[in-house]
Amino acid sequence: MNLTLKIWRQANADATGSIETYPIENVSPDMSFLEMMDVLNEELIGKGIDPVAFDHDCREGICGMCSMYINGEAHGPDRLVTTCQLHMRKFKDGDTITIEPFRANAFPVVKDLAVDRSAFDRIQHAGGFVSVNTSGNTQDANAIPIDKHDADKAFDAATCIGCGACVASCKNASAMLFVSAKVSQYALLPQGKVEATDRVLNMVKQMDEEGFGNCTNTGACEVECPKGISLENIARMNREYLSASLKG
Amino acid sequence: MSTLIKTSLARKFAMALSGLFLVFFLLQHFTINLTSVFSEEVFNEFSHFMGNNPLVQFALQPVLIFGVIFHFVMGFVLEIQNRKARASKYASNNGAANSSWMSRNMIISGAVVLSFLGLHFYDFWIPEMNYKYVEVLPENPTRYFEEMVHKFESPVRVGLYVVSFGFLALHLLHGFSSSFQSLGANNKYTRAIKGFTTAFAIGIPLGFVFIALFHHLTAF
Amino acid sequence: MADKWTNHKSHINLVSPANKRLIDVIVVGTGLAGASASATLAELGYNVKTFCFQDSPRRAHSIAAQGGINAAKNYQGDGDSTYRLFYDTIKGGDYRSREANVHRLAEVSTNIIDQCVAQGVPFARDYGGLLDNRSFGGVLVSRTFYAKGQTGQQLLLGAYSAMNRQIGRGKIKMYNRHEMMDIVLVDGKARGIITRNLVNGQIERHGAHAVVIASGGYGNVFFLSTNAMGSNVSAGWKIHKKGAHFANPCFTQIHPTCIPVSGDHQSKLTLMSESLRNDGRIWVPKNIEDVNAIREGKLKPTEIAEENRDYYLERRYPAFGNLVPRDVASRAAKERCDAGYGVNKTGEAVYLDFASAIMRYGKEQAHVKGLNENDAVLVKKLGQDVVRAKYGNLFQMYEKIVDQNPYETPMMIYPAVHYTMGGVWVDYNLMTSIPGCYAIGEANFSDHGANRLGASALMQGLADGYFVLPYTIGDYLASDIRTGAIDTNTPEFEAAEKAVKDQIDAFVNNNGKNSVDSYHRKLGKIMWNKCGMSRNAEGLKEAIAEIKALREDFYKNVNVPGKANEFNEQLAKAGRVADFLELGELFAKDALERTESCGGHFREESQTPEGEALRDDENFTFVSAWEYKGEPSEAVLVKEDLNYEEIEVKTRSYK
Repeated sequence: MNLTLKIWRQANADATGSIETYPIENVSPDMSFLEMMDVLNEELIGKGIDPVAFDHDCREGICGMCSMYINGEAHGPDRLVTTCQLHMRKFKDGDTITIEPFRANAFPVVKDLAVDRSAFDRIQHAGGFVSVNTSGNTQDANAIPIDKHDADKAFDAATCIGCGACVASCKNASAMLFVSAKVSQYALLPQGKVEATDRVLNMVKQMDEEGFGNCTNTGACEVECPKGISLENIARMNREYLSASLKG
Repeated sequence: MSTLIKTSLARKFAMALSGLFLVFFLLQHFTINLTSVFSEEVFNEFSHFMGNNPLVQFALQPVLIFGVIFHFVMGFVLEIQNRKARASKYASNNGAANSSWMSRNMIISGAVVLSFLGLHFYDFWIPEMNYKYVEVLPENPTRYFEEMVHKFESPVRVGLYVVSFGFLALHLLHGFSSSFQSLGANNKYTRAIKGFTTAFAIGIPLGFVFIALFHHLTAF
Repeated sequence: MADKWTNHKSHINLVSPANKRLIDVIVVGTGLAGASASATLAELGYNVKTFCFQDSPRRAHSIAAQGGINAAKNYQGDGDSTYRLFYDTIKGGDYRSREANVHRLAEVSTNIIDQCVAQGVPFARDYGGLLDNRSFGGVLVSRTFYAKGQTGQQLLLGAYSAMNRQIGRGKIKMYNRHEMMDIVLVDGKARGIITRNLVNGQIERHGAHAVVIASGGYGNVFFLSTNAMGSNVSAGWKIHKKGAHFANPCFTQIHPTCIPVSGDHQSKLTLMSESLRNDGRIWVPKNIEDVNAIREGKLKPTEIAEENRDYYLERRYPAFGNLVPRDVASRAAKERCDAGYGVNKTGEAVYLDFASAIMRYGKEQAHVKGLNENDAVLVKKLGQDVVRAKYGNLFQMYEKIVDQNPYETPMMIYPAVHYTMGGVWVDYNLMTSIPGCYAIGEANFSDHGANRLGASALMQGLADGYFVLPYTIGDYLASDIRTGAIDTNTPEFEAAEKAVKDQIDAFVNNNGKNSVDSYHRKLGKIMWNKCGMSRNAEGLKEAIAEIKALREDFYKNVNVPGKANEFNEQLAKAGRVADFLELGELFAKDALERTESCGGHFREESQTPEGEALRDDENFTFVSAWEYKGEPSEAVLVKEDLNYEEIEVKTRSYK
């Protein structure tokens, strides 16, 4: 396949960026999107052009590092995949592909397509944990049976990879899906319930301080989430927050 | 408790609650309007009651006005905040791939409904307030029907009315079901809620349009 | 042996809580080992500085571990015990691991599960609400705890959450997007590291009383592996060059169930969890005509009759069948493919077939639900639902990559480099040969011998980080309470920083003509062809010479674009590939030296008439620890003899 790539280039956080156009030839449909980017970068290096910076690591859809906005969608047109799992067979010969970084004030650009998502980390610092020390004396793992349905739902929420596609896709750059996934995971498990009140209040507070937008329930996050995290989690967080506020 | 009015989630609850309140009001308004199709007397009776009952006038009406203003002001505030959250825009954005037009353009449908409310106030509420509290004209429990029918004589007004209710339908298609999600209701009843809110969002505005057209066509 | 760890813990030196506040510890890497160690050290009161090259600690490659984590809980009542886990691990490692370390690992394994559940890790449960288990290769009990196919993710997020709590409290200072460039020794002790900020290129000095290396394995020396793109050996290699011995570099695990290579553009390989072998049956066609027809696209695997299929693992190893250990399964696949029975275009793939599992589960479900067990369509559907619930995400992953539906047609798999048992040599306290420098998790060599059993990597990472290192490190730090804060304005730091800057300058000013990746690919080819699933003296000698030549060419002709003081991935990669180019040579040297076959190390010269690995216990029951002497070729072998007191050394048989 021969393609035309329009890629956002920005030297660093302070520079102004712009879209540059690069043609690329002989792309195999079996390549992953990032392998196509590797090929492009090899070509650019050969021509003495600075290669395109982008975040990536595991290349199997679990680390959450890759973060491209491809043709107007986070992680591109395919569903339930990260950019590294998107394959070129989803595109046609002659296509023009626009590639941008995940954009949000809370995710400043580091360089080109790489962004800084440490806001997510800071939200987790505010309460994304169960306060239990490592002692070797915690009670037996089977001491508290947990309803399989709750355990499964907690797991589903916990599969969030923290990639930020929800923020990138949301017209408001809201981080509700991400935050709610963590809140839900713990709210559904007896181990997490103990601190549920403080957790939800603190995490939402931090989320707001990071400059994410408000949630208007467009549902874009759920559609674009590579792990299919459900909007149910946002509803659950809303409930948790409401009851926590009334309590606190 | 103070956290309930400062944070993004608090604003979300507030939008949902005020929205639901307005939906409830809309239903009530529709019910009264609908009587005009069947019976001039019943309509006049209801209108007179709503216009003169002190509880409605001095308790419900201020709450309603507050609700309307709050919902709109908050809507605009949210829109501004949300736009600010992404200062650098996408060159290419395919919102249609992941969300409905309605959900992405609540500010547009809302603004249209707001301008319509302006017209509506100009048509009904201001003359009404003028009648009752400024000029303090004598009580006439049978004037309401005629006043209304008179307003629907103009095809331009009816046209505006139809368009506005179209936008209200779009606004409700997202907003009504969305308010349930905001309040934390997302469970096995969600499908039923979606169905009901969709029927409501289309049915009620259509009903208003029907009433307007009915009077427009039968006025002569 | 049974009490060794308990006694050791009771007798080692401790640091008082008041003094822990005065002590700084650096942790490099935030995988299971690094994250759990950081969190626990901080809980104990140490001041921890943690570094990772990713943009968040949560992205470390432990996150990609799929199948599960072993623990001798015996919840299934199938006769599991600490001893059995200990025994299985030693046997699985082909009697090349240190007995005491493995016993300790088996002992603390149960604590890990308790700890993780307390942290809110959502392990799979049964309908009674209790934890579920599954079985993994090389063992006869079900002791593997799992969270669908994302166990590593859930465990890492658990450790990350424990870290987050300490970051929030200010006890851990987290440095994301920082790469460790070198270790700094003062008076022979580890006293800090030099890092490069990957965003702006700044070179920084960080002092501490101890340095913990938790930077994972070096599988990427093969270029293509299941490791993450950024996984590298540099932290381990830098400390090796400063005095830490590097043990058993040739012990590499080639995982049998990976998605085959699709073309030259391939940047990495994707693993399909070993848990799939619980239900999938591995086969190739019996007749070479069928193989050819498949390659030409004239025949579908589903069209091959049962009697024309060769379920070669079940045939060769009836006792363990498809659940033989990884090294055995990988070699068996290679044997079939080398014989010409590979089922894809390149001839490097075998089938992993779920059809019979789907029917078996479907029948079971039909029976439970009182439906017609003879309705094949219904049974298939029910069976697919069961398989989907167990392995849904893996099947989806396969379909996305290969564009074939594994519910309908068998998967194609081929072995790929996955894990490195070798690593930095450590003592019982997990301290390297450099005082004050520790290595934990995959970065060290200690627990898996010549082959790791499935679901044991997660166990080891968390055991080291949560339950071993935080105690043993106190033994060393107890003598350091009067040292005071480490001054980084010393000649030692100066010199280390200068060396780092010089190397970076040399790279960016090299103006060569070949990209970094081109060297990495070439290195990978040499490694895979000559140091891969089977090795021989001739090939290894060639590899040593070729890697050396490649390394020289690399320094002459590598092209690193961009500048030193900016986000420059090529520059970061150049430093990593430079280290791989040295490690690769030592790897081959180690493999050449060890003329026996054991675990993942298969020397063609040392095999039984049936082609099984032939160990040489008389001459090789030792750990090969290599001491750096300026060049990989000059490294000096230091043997640590392995003594087995609890376990009788036997020929490993899974027949």
